[in-house]
Amino acid sequence: MSNIGKAFAAGKAFIPFITCGDPDLKTTEATVRKMVENGADLIELGIPFSDPTAEGPVIQGANVRALRGGVRTDHIFEMVRSLRKDVAIPMVFMTYANVVFSYGAEKFIAACHKSGIDGLILPDIPFEEKDEFLPICHRYGVDLISMIAPTSEDRISMIAKEAEGFLYIVSSLGVTGTRSDITTDLESIIKVVRENTNIPCAVGFGISTPEQAKKMAGLSDGAIVGSAIIKLLDAHGTDAPERIGDYVKSMKNAIRE
Amino acid sequence: MSRGRFGIHGGQYIPETLMNAVIELEKAYNHYKEDPEFKRELGKLFNEYAGRPSRLYYADKMTRDLGGAKIYLKREDLNHTGAHKINNVLGQALLAKKMGKTRLIAETGAGQHGVATATAAALMDMECVVFMGEEDTIRQALNVYRMRLLGAEVIPVRTGTATLKDAVSEAMREWTSRIRDTHYCLGSVMGPHPFPTIVRDFQAVISREIREQILEKEGRLPDAVLACVGGGSNAIGSFYHFIKDEAVRLIGCEAAGRGVDTLETAATIATGRLGIFHGMKSYFCQDSDGQIAPVYSISAGLDYPGIGPEHAYLHDIGRAEYVPVTDEEAVRAFEYLARTEGIIPAIESAHAVAYALKLAPNMNSDQVIVITVSGRGDKDCAAIARYRGEDIHE
Repeated sequence: MSNIGKAFAAGKAFIPFITCGDPDLKTTEATVRKMVENGADLIELGIPFSDPTAEGPVIQGANVRALRGGVRTDHIFEMVRSLRKDVAIPMVFMTYANVVFSYGAEKFIAACHKSGIDGLILPDIPFEEKDEFLPICHRYGVDLISMIAPTSEDRISMIAKEAEGFLYIVSSLGVTGTRSDITTDLESIIKVVRENTNIPCAVGFGISTPEQAKKMAGLSDGAIVGSAIIKLLDAHGTDAPERIGDYVKSMKNAIRE
Repeated sequence: MSRGRFGIHGGQYIPETLMNAVIELEKAYNHYKEDPEFKRELGKLFNEYAGRPSRLYYADKMTRDLGGAKIYLKREDLNHTGAHKINNVLGQALLAKKMGKTRLIAETGAGQHGVATATAAALMDMECVVFMGEEDTIRQALNVYRMRLLGAEVIPVRTGTATLKDAVSEAMREWTSRIRDTHYCLGSVMGPHPFPTIVRDFQAVISREIREQILEKEGRLPDAVLACVGGGSNAIGSFYHFIKDEAVRLIGCEAAGRGVDTLETAATIATGRLGIFHGMKSYFCQDSDGQIAPVYSISAGLDYPGIGPEHAYLHDIGRAEYVPVTDEEAVRAFEYLARTEGIIPAIESAHAVAYALKLAPNMNSDQVIVITVSGRGDKDCAAIARYRGEDIHE
């Protein structure tokens, strides 16, 4: 079992997402610590990208604020090293292929390993392109997380068979962002996933309320929440880490079996 | 290595949500491109509706004025809707219709691709939504009106630099949210496979005609073919049937904006480096962290931080040359062609004309160059007037 597996070992996992450097890395670091204190099982750290094509307006806004604040990839690695002094739960990066490619894939993935990043989520690297980074990820023991979408259909088994870390199940069509209703037949998708792999799967995109998180984690092994957290961050300024901590606690309580 | 590669470039770097859509598109395209009925229908649209073949015009005054190579202009500006964009759009719209799609979405920079898509949608009874950078809706207000007149919805994109790259990003986002009834009618030889191949094949009609026409007029192939390059669709269309003829120089003219030594440039080959963006591996203008650069050109249609993967490959193997042309040079060429030949080219196409002004005088009178005039310049008149300090209202 990879380190990521530990996040799912004690029951349903709650996976919060935060964009690094929005509005600055000090806030990111403080928020991550509050998330951990309040029951987060795995942290998804977004490295901002100028043109995040899989994101809705909320996370796009976080990317803009972070880049405007001057955050660089190297600063984010430094922050991770600092977090790793006391944060033991798995942490993964979510970013776009060009951020990794441009830094130098080998150099980037080696730095992930060294600073304590357990996995990579790259929404613009589908199954067909994963060889771009996979051999290097294997060399450094960093899991390349695969995604399954409502449109994956006949591709689900192929993706699930080769998945590592955990499987990211995209709940709905479209980009990230909160939704009042998730109508995809996730049960059928997850059934095919289970037939093809033992690694855990978590549902993301559109989840914001404890009820939704409970339902999604009930169908799978965990719930991923991004935009709802970014909204709190944007609304509460310096109080945000505390408020996000409370939110994480309510979400974790909702999905606890 | 995945499908759709040109050397190391190309590929399918897109969200999983879109993978089955591009696979379905590739299957449909491979089927219909060989289908006699599809070819007959598209040929009819090209000839009867778009006005093909477009003229290969001998620019006698320009040739005499420059005193070097004989200059021919491939008049894509004379196509219906005023640019080469219609070639690709008629092909994709017909394909989408055959696939049972009822809605077309598109990005547009200068507005020419948006107008062409809105036109095809009107003709084929399809719904149409066009994404256009807000900055470009201001620079190209006339085209916004044309699209709306044709029944399309135009959505101004306010994210990022509010130009072409942001319009592409927004169209990709829209496609992930609505795939079943919607075809993304991509306007250039870029994006994920199979788009660079499909768009090239539909635009290759340009070089097929140039070849026939120049053989008829001159009894020989040209020494050089020049075209402007943003994503690169009119350029690849102009080059394609000459790629195997090594003696024909293929010259792509990039938008250098205020110069390749400034940050206000969109010359990808001159200033970019290898990256992965908008579904493809290719060259992109970017910073050292891989953040895509906010590029600039006076020409909304060339104001894009990347270049199509086949061009990146032709550059790598040295088969095509890519040269930067500044705003000032393009504006001078825009004015020059208007005064010399009575032809007002699109400011995009004026970049190719500008390089010809440098190249032709250094060639012999028995040599021949072809410049693709990819579009007409009516849409640019107000902006060029402003560039020259004259405030006119459209």
